[in-house]
Amino acid sequence: MSNAENKVSYIGLIKNGIFAENPIFRVALSLCPAVAVTSGVKNGFMMGLAVLFVQVMVNVTTSVVRKFIHPKVRIPSYMFIIATWVTVTDLSMAAYVRDVYAQMGLYIKLIVAFAIILSRAELFASKHKVTPSFFDGLGMGIGFLFALVIIGFFRELLGKGSLWGYPIVNTKPLLIMILPTGGFFAVGILMGLFNWIDMKFFGGGGASGGGH
Amino acid sequence: MADIKKEHELLVSVSPHIKSEETTSRIMWTVNLSLFPALLMGLYFFGPKALFITALCIISALLSERIFQKVLKKKPTVNDGSAFLTGLLLGMNLPPSLWSFNPFMIHVPIIGSVIAIVITKQFFGGLGYNIFNPALIGRAFLLISFPKAMTIWTTPTAAFFALDAKTTATPLGILKEEGIGKLIEAFGDKVNLYTQLLIGHRAGSIGETSVIALLIGAAFLLYKRYITWHIPFSFLGTAALLAWVFGGKNLETGKMLLFAGDPIVHLLSGGLILGAFFMATDYVTCPTVRKGQIVFGIGCGALTMLIRIKGGYPEGVMFAILLMNCFAPLIDRAMKSNVFGAVKEKKK
Repeated sequence: MSNAENKVSYIGLIKNGIFAENPIFRVALSLCPAVAVTSGVKNGFMMGLAVLFVQVMVNVTTSVVRKFIHPKVRIPSYMFIIATWVTVTDLSMAAYVRDVYAQMGLYIKLIVAFAIILSRAELFASKHKVTPSFFDGLGMGIGFLFALVIIGFFRELLGKGSLWGYPIVNTKPLLIMILPTGGFFAVGILMGLFNWIDMKFFGGGGASGGGH
Repeated sequence: MADIKKEHELLVSVSPHIKSEETTSRIMWTVNLSLFPALLMGLYFFGPKALFITALCIISALLSERIFQKVLKKKPTVNDGSAFLTGLLLGMNLPPSLWSFNPFMIHVPIIGSVIAIVITKQFFGGLGYNIFNPALIGRAFLLISFPKAMTIWTTPTAAFFALDAKTTATPLGILKEEGIGKLIEAFGDKVNLYTQLLIGHRAGSIGETSVIALLIGAAFLLYKRYITWHIPFSFLGTAALLAWVFGGKNLETGKMLLFAGDPIVHLLSGGLILGAFFMATDYVTCPTVRKGQIVFGIGCGALTMLIRIKGGYPEGVMFAILLMNCFAPLIDRAMKSNVFGAVKEKKK
């Protein structure tokens, strides 16, 4: 992936974001929102959508202006680009999905600090043309969305006995799962599961690294 | 032939050459045995439902260990007694009313055991690699997940087949909500309060109430040298000291009264004895250095009293031990003994 002008298949880029370099389960970046906003499927989905949009737009913008950015000031430049698109997302969500925004407006603003977005701008978009960057952003965003939804699925089902706010089971739920502790349990176990799938079926060596 | 025989005689194996009879499984089963008196007292006071809960915990702990190791094709270690001990300790830490509160709550002890064995112990690599005490994590998980069912306590009946016991608060609950005066009133007089707490005729978890039975088991372990005095005594000493200094309360104003607490009530109630002798001393999750063990015990005692006096829960032994478990590796590193004869590196 590091070779700048290599031909890369677009489907491969999307697949890479969903599984091989899944932001949460494989690269272990941006674990903070994965724990903080996934007490329900709906919140996780909305957060994932916002990140998907920001990631794609940041990747495209960075790729377009990559030749005009001096290497010494590249990180502040990326931060400006990210902050621009986060503001766009923030204001649009505040205008059109008010009930969701009321619950997680604070976390939308925090997308500026998400490690995965900056890391993709730095690692991929600054070295590739616009189209591959677009697909890389799409893959990463979908991978993030997928991870948040699957964590939210388990946490909401076990913690509240409901899905997307609708009650599913009527038994006494495991209250701990909607607390932050449950978020760590869910992320840890799912990460282990993904590692196991990778080692068992794809011969990988397991995920490494970490971030917030 | 003679040559080969001679060669055999000279064969030197790797040390150790003399092995003691103590093995992990032997120690584990001895600890199980030493918990038996307290368990019997719990069964005597709380009846068949206590037996049912404890048995359920033990069986599900053994089964989850067996199934996990079967699925991951690991060497089975069910017979070493550690899973049995986890189940037993978890059962002894659950309220006896868990079952009579709602017969459909049967899944609660099972969930606790599975969390304790699979997540706390096996996910970290099995016995010897776990960071936290498995039984305590199981209980913490249950307390947070089922806050109502886990905090309903019943009066001890001492009549084996009385199924419908009255619900009541634990001595620590009364102490926290209504003060020492109310507690003495509930038990008659002060001497009666102490004796009842000592024998274990009070509301509480199945295995924690009978201090005398727990002390018999603890004395046996100390005699066999399976545990040392460092952790339990520094734990209990710190707790008693802090209870005496900060435990008092001015009944009229509700403000803290220094040096007026009752350390004996604090020592005899709650899970302090069970926690100090049987759970804080878990080999895997406590520091190995003796100096460090004293620090560990002091930390446990201080955190326990902090939660009991200032925290939201009436009892804090469980969270105190779990918090100190996190520090065990750090304490070990800070307190490691110097190599004999080695010179300390000079600071540059």
